[in-house]
This record gives sequence, C-alpha cells and structure tokens, in this order.
Amino acid sequence: MAAKELAVLVGGPAGSGVFATGAIAARALLYHGYSVFATNEYPSTIRGGHQWVLVRGRLGENVYAHCRSIDALLALDAETIRLHEARLGGRGVVVCDESVAKGLCSNARIVALGLREVVEKAGAPPVAVNVAGLSALLAMMGARLEPILEAVKSYYRGRERLAELNVRVATMAYELGVKLEALSSLKLKYEPRGGRLLLDGNSAVALGALAGGMSFFAAYPITPASPILHFLAEVQEEVGAIVVQAECELAAINMAVGAAYAGARAVVATSGPGFSLMAEALGEAAMTETPIVVVNVQRAGPSTGLPTHTAQGDLRFAIHASHGEFPRVVLAPGDPVEAYQLTCEALNLAWRYQVPVILLTDKYLGESYWTIDGLPRVEPDEGSIIVGEAPAGYARYRVTDDGVSPMLLPGTRGARVYANANEHDEEGFVTVDPETVRRMQEKRFRKLRMLRALAEERGVKVYGSGRVALLVWGSTKMVALEALRELEGVKLVQVVWLEPFPAQSLGRELEGCRVLVAENNATGQLASLVREHLLREPDSLLLRYDGRQLEPEEIVEFVRGGRGG
Amino acid sequence: MASAFDTGRRPQWCPGCGNYGILAAVRAALAELGLKPESVVAVAGIGCHGRMTEYLGVNAFHAIHGRAVPVAVGVKLANPSLKVIVHTGDGDAYSIGLSHLLHAARRNVGIAVIVHNNMIFALTTGQAGPTTPKGVRTRSTPSGNPEEPFNPILLALASGATFVARGFSDDVQHLKELIKRAVNHRGFAIIDVIQPCPTFYDVRREIRGRLYKLEGHDPADFKAALNLALEAEKIPLGVLYDVEKPAFEENFKHLVKQPAELASLRKLSLAKLLARFS
Ligand SMILES: Cc1ncc(C[n+]2csc(CCOP(=O)(O)OP(=O)(O)O)c2C)c(N)n1
Ligand code: SF4
Repeated sequence: MAAKELAVLVGGPAGSGVFATGAIAARALLYHGYSVFATNEYPSTIRGGHQWVLVRGRLGENVYAHCRSIDALLALDAETIRLHEARLGGRGVVVCDESVAKGLCSNARIVALGLREVVEKAGAPPVAVNVAGLSALLAMMGARLEPILEAVKSYYRGRERLAELNVRVATMAYELGVKLEALSSLKLKYEPRGGRLLLDGNSAVALGALAGGMSFFAAYPITPASPILHFLAEVQEEVGAIVVQAECELAAINMAVGAAYAGARAVVATSGPGFSLMAEALGEAAMTETPIVVVNVQRAGPSTGLPTHTAQGDLRFAIHASHGEFPRVVLAPGDPVEAYQLTCEALNLAWRYQVPVILLTDKYLGESYWTIDGLPRVEPDEGSIIVGEAPAGYARYRVTDDGVSPMLLPGTRGARVYANANEHDEEGFVTVDPETVRRMQEKRFRKLRMLRALAEERGVKVYGSGRVALLVWGSTKMVALEALRELEGVKLVQVVWLEPFPAQSLGRELEGCRVLVAENNATGQLASLVREHLLREPDSLLLRYDGRQLEPEEIVEFVRGGRGG
Repeated sequence: MASAFDTGRRPQWCPGCGNYGILAAVRAALAELGLKPESVVAVAGIGCHGRMTEYLGVNAFHAIHGRAVPVAVGVKLANPSLKVIVHTGDGDAYSIGLSHLLHAARRNVGIAVIVHNNMIFALTTGQAGPTTPKGVRTRSTPSGNPEEPFNPILLALASGATFVARGFSDDVQHLKELIKRAVNHRGFAIIDVIQPCPTFYDVRREIRGRLYKLEGHDPADFKAALNLALEAEKIPLGVLYDVEKPAFEENFKHLVKQPAELASLRKLSLAKLLARFS
C-alpha cells in the first residue's frame, strides 16, 4: 500500500542521538516529496531520561500537527518500546538493535537487526546506531537510498567527517532493510518537490527579527528559547548584528533598552521565568518610549514548572505584565511563517509607535518544525526616527496628535536626547505636575487608537466556514487545522493580536456561531478575554495543561461533543 | 566653560550634599576633555544621585533602580562612538544592581561608572545599605547596623575592572582628574566616590583624618592595588588600578556606525541563511 501518510516515532535515552535521527528522518521524508511535521519531547536532563521525536509525513497536502497513532517505532532502547508500543497502529513495526530486543517477550512486530555490527564495520562511533536504525527502517518502507544520504549530509553540513561516517553507516544499514521490505505494509512514494524548507518556530523568529532590521539581540539561556540565541550567535557576523549573552534576563532587556535608545533595533527572547524578570523593564521601555521587542517562548509554569514542556499559560501575564498602565502590543503567531512575519511586524510596530511589543510563542511552536514553501517578503519600515539634523527646540517627548514623538538618536549634532523612566515633561525632565502627568499619560495612550485599528484589521484569521466557531490562539491553531480535516461545518478562528484585542472583528466572526474554545492552559485565558471584550460566554472549553499540546484527535472529539465543557 | 554641560535647571539637593561636588567635577571634566555634549550619554539609576541627568547637559537616560549599568552597556554596544557615563548609588550599584556591575567589569565594556557612595539609601529616607559601616544607626537599623559592609574597590578589582579609582566629592579638582581618566579609559572604569549625605549619613565625621592621596603608586601593579584596597585605617584616594585591555565593544568593531547610518534601515537578504533549512 503506497503511503499517503505516515508517522514514525524515534525514542531513546538522552544522549543517544534521538533529535539528530528525527531531523534526518524529517529531511529524508521531505526529499521523498512528503510534507513533514516533527515534534519532540525530552526531560530537563542532559544524560538519562527518555526522549522522543515524532515525524509525520503526508503526500500532496500539508501536515499541520502530531497524532496519536504511529506506523513505525525506532527504539534506541527497550524503554522506548515499553512506552510507545501501544501507539502502534495495526500493522506497525518496531525496529531496534538485537541487544535491545534481547530480554523482551518475542513479538511479531519487533524487527531486531544487527545495527551495532553495521556501525562497527563502518568504523563509526557507537551512537551511529541511530542513523543505522533509521536507514534500515526507511529501506523497509521502500525508501530510496539517495534522499536518505542527502538528509544525512544536510544534517551534518559543515561537519564533514561525521557526514562521511554516517553516510557509510546509512548505506550499509539500508542493505539490511531492503531485504526486509516484506515486513512493512507501508510503501513510501518518491515524488520529489524542490524548493521547500523545514522550519521551526524559533528559527522563524530569528529570521523574522533579521528581516525586520534587528541589529541587537540579548538573551540569557533558557529552554525552550535558547535556540534563538544559538542561531543568532552563529550568524551574527554574517548578518552584522550584535548578539550578547547577558548575566540574567534583567540585564538582557535593559541592554536592549539601552541599545534601542541608541538606535539599534533590539530584540530579547526568553521563556516564562525570564519573562517574569523582564516585567519591570517592560514598564521602563514603555515610560521612556523606547522601542523593544520581547519574545516569550512559553513553557509550562508556574515557577520553574516543566522546563522542557509546552503551555500557553502566559497570555494574561503578557497583557498585564509590569506595574502601572501603558499601551503595548501582544502578538501570537500560530505557525513558523506567522512567527517570521510577526517578528518583523513586531519590530516595525515597536519602532513606529515606540511601545513594547511582546511576541508569545511556545515550546510546541518553537521546537517543532514544519514544511513550508518559502517565506514571504517582509521588510523593516522607517519607523518614527528623525534622521539627520535636529529640528530646532527638539524635545524627546513632544506632545503630538497621534501620541508618537519623533525620536532622535543620541549623537545627533545640537540635540540633547533625554529619556526618562520617571514621569517627565516634553523635554524629558522629571515632573509631578498633575497637568503634565495627565498630558503625558494621555499622549502615550493616544497611540492605542492606531494600534486598535491595526488589531481590528489584522488581528483575526479565519480558516474554513461553518456555524461552529472553534476559537484558538498560538500554536493550537496548527492542531486545530489538522483536526479540521476531519470536521464539517466548523470554522477555525485564530486570534493573532491579543492586545489591543480585536473585539469588533472577532465579534463579527463569532456572530451566530456556537463558540468552542481550545487552549493549552488551565484557566481558559483567551475565553476570559472573549468574556471581557465581547460579553459572551463561550459554549464550551477544551483545556489541556499537562505540559503537552492538545492532540488533533482530542479536538475532533471535543467539537463532536465528546469532551470539554 | 562648564556651562555647555548645564541644562539650566537649578540642582535640588540638600545643603552640603556631596552630589553638588560630583556634578561640578563631571561638568569640568567633560569641558576640559573638549567633548561635545552630544557625544556623551549619561545613564543614571534611581536615588538622589539619579537627578544628575536633570542637571548634566548631555544626552541622558534615567533608568530604573539598579539597571543603569546594563542600559549603559546597551548604549555603548549599539554606538561605541558615544562616551557613556553611569551615575549610580551604593544602593543602586552595590545592592540591587550588583551583578550587572561585576559583569560589565568582567567584560571590560567601555563605560565609566561613577558610584555616588554615600553609604546609605538616601532617597528612601535613610536605610542601611551594603557599604554602611557596622554599628551605624539608620531607619532600618535602629539599634546599629548588624551587618559588615563590603569593600567595593576589592570587588571591582576581583571582577576584572581595568580602571579602579576612589574619589571624594568634597575634593572636586581631584575628582575631576579621576573622571577625565575614567572617561578616556579603554574599557570599564569605576570610580567609587565617597559622598557625604548630611541629611542621613554625613560620612565626613567618620573619615576625617583618614583620607590621603596616592603618590608613587604604580597603577599597573595589581597586587599593590589589592593591598591598597585592603587598607583598613587609611583611605587612599586616586587611581588604584589602570591597565589597558581590549574593550568588549571592540569585538563588534565592524558594526560601528554614526547615528544617521544607525537609523537607516538594513534590508537583509535571507537567501543564504535559508539554505540551512532546505
Ligand atoms: C525595584 C525598586 N525597589 C526599590 C525602589 C526604591 N528605591 C529608590 S532609590 C533606592 C535606594 C537609593 O539608594 P542609593 O542607590 O544609594 O541612592 P542615593 O539615594 O543614596 O543616592 C530605593 C531602594 C525602587 N525605586 N525600585
Ligand atoms: S538626602 Fe542625602 S544624598 Fe539625598 S540630596 Fe540630601 S544630602 Fe544629598
């Protein structure tokens, strides 16, 4: 049976190359012409502890999210079989090394191969069992060798010795697998389509920041946001950006504020614990009207919570973080292309309106990857900086009709640029005068008029049509899109702008519909915003808060009335 | 001469406050260095010292409590052609913002940090801080401060600062010379300025007869600097340590730009980067 779609799970102990295997598997499927989605799970340990990658492919159509049932399991240890065997569908197979199978009850599904032997013969390090297993498994499923080798080479790009060894291992293990083709009922097709990319949400954010003219990035390491730091640190010279690992998140955001004051488009990225630390400086950016973009790749809290697991628990916090009142923008992309576009847009908004812009992604979006056809063209717009000479009588906080005071950069001849985190007058001097305080507060809030209009215009996206509205935000959109394939009469409504909230356009979309909300948190934070802004009680809520993103199957059951409420 | 660095606002500190001396010294130092006001950025923390940005006629960023140093680091990295001076207090720099100070020193970022060390939290009406001597009665230590103060000079030396000095706000001429050297120093410079706060803790009584000016000391001699920092009875004023090492921002030399260029937008082609994802 030619496989129009398939799901392969690779599991093993931390340190056994599970992620590498997943990445190579994803590319091998991509090069066969499949649309691919891959996601992973791992504990917060470097050695020991179980981790896995799920790679899902679909021919001819997009694959949006993970799934419960799998077709093949590549087990790098016996624990993997114990944990995941139940997910195998009717004719699914388990591939492992002979040493792993030893001691397990004999089982028709288990295909134990001499993978270690292959690795030894190839003269590769023992960890290459992962690539051997993958190549054998794919061969059993009728894969071609060439795309597998391409995938191996692509993964080890720049590490030529490793590439060479793994190509040898993959070639030899492929021979093993080909002989066992009869054992797999799934047959991969080969319909290559060029030009497509595999992109994760974290890289998409980094690329979007660069496309938006970012020239300063600061971060303190934290899962699951660190890959943004790693990527930017690696390319900083190539792209001409300053990338700093700060001593803590307080330092990261304050450095970014200083850099932005001096004229550099600055971005910081973190996750919940770091975002909490950044809260005070969000207000500093707002009060000094310094443009700043803060990326929060959400993980499950509270506190250290589940450091390596996903959640959407910071929505309310992002909207309200920091004391006092000030305008801000909170955006939540649902997929890598949106992550790319919205990060660029976040910079443009920050530099045009001089407000803090918060981008909420999550572990599921950040560390999963999807097949995309390419990235749309996005560009930095000119913002609200005055370039060149200082106008006579320049004042940093000039009261204007739209609330935006043109920004000069320090170093401009003849001008004093005074930014002040205390309440201040037009020139930046500290003030407590009630009239001035009121005028400045109103000046800052006048920006909301334009931001609200943008939120209404761009803040809601709709997929499909029907009398049932399934309301989501962030990466849950992808799970819902996957679920939508099974559902009729349902329109998916994604809220992209969470602050200012696009109340009117959302209200229009929900009118006359049964409203179902699916979120990756315990309290229904988007639902609470619907209540607040639309005075409407959703008909049913599906909430998941165990550190895992919702499953498409769960959403299908929920919409059909099986769950939730 | 110093008037170029005056904002025209009348300073408002208590009579006898050491901040007046520090303000006078900074203005004179900048003037004598021949700097243009627009080429300097002063970043201040929160405290009585924070009002420096109201009176010092240069570009300024009045930051939140404890975070003046990282803001200054960001300014310097984004535009290394600016001279960046931090005005911070003992509470601001040594209590809430301590880690930033040590890490900026360790990285040798080219900023000059002037600590207005009045050994008290003044703006919050007189509580003990990390440099308040043991036994001093303050509003938070009514029976005498039970804590040992730490030694900021020793800390600065230990964290890798390449310029470490101590000044006294009543000696404006001497302080001015220290500031001139700090502002022109390659890399991180810190001046711990003993600053009397006649309202909450007038350190003048405490230090009378203990101050002396360094003479014949070799500021390149780290061990000698450590020994001076450890002196308990006498308090040396002057440059304790001064060596030249590459500054952190020099790592990003290829990025040095003038404001006009900074403001012009970079449209980057991502084509090469995207090859990684194919
Ligand atoms: C996060 C935060 N905590 C507390 C305060 C209150 N506060 C303002 S100034 C200050 C200490 C001031 O002491 P110092 O830095 O030595 O400055 P001085 O007033 O002595 O010049 C404190 C605790 C604050 N502004 N922000
Ligand atoms: S309280 Fe102390 S530090 Fe503050 S202005 Fe008065 S004398 Fe100066």
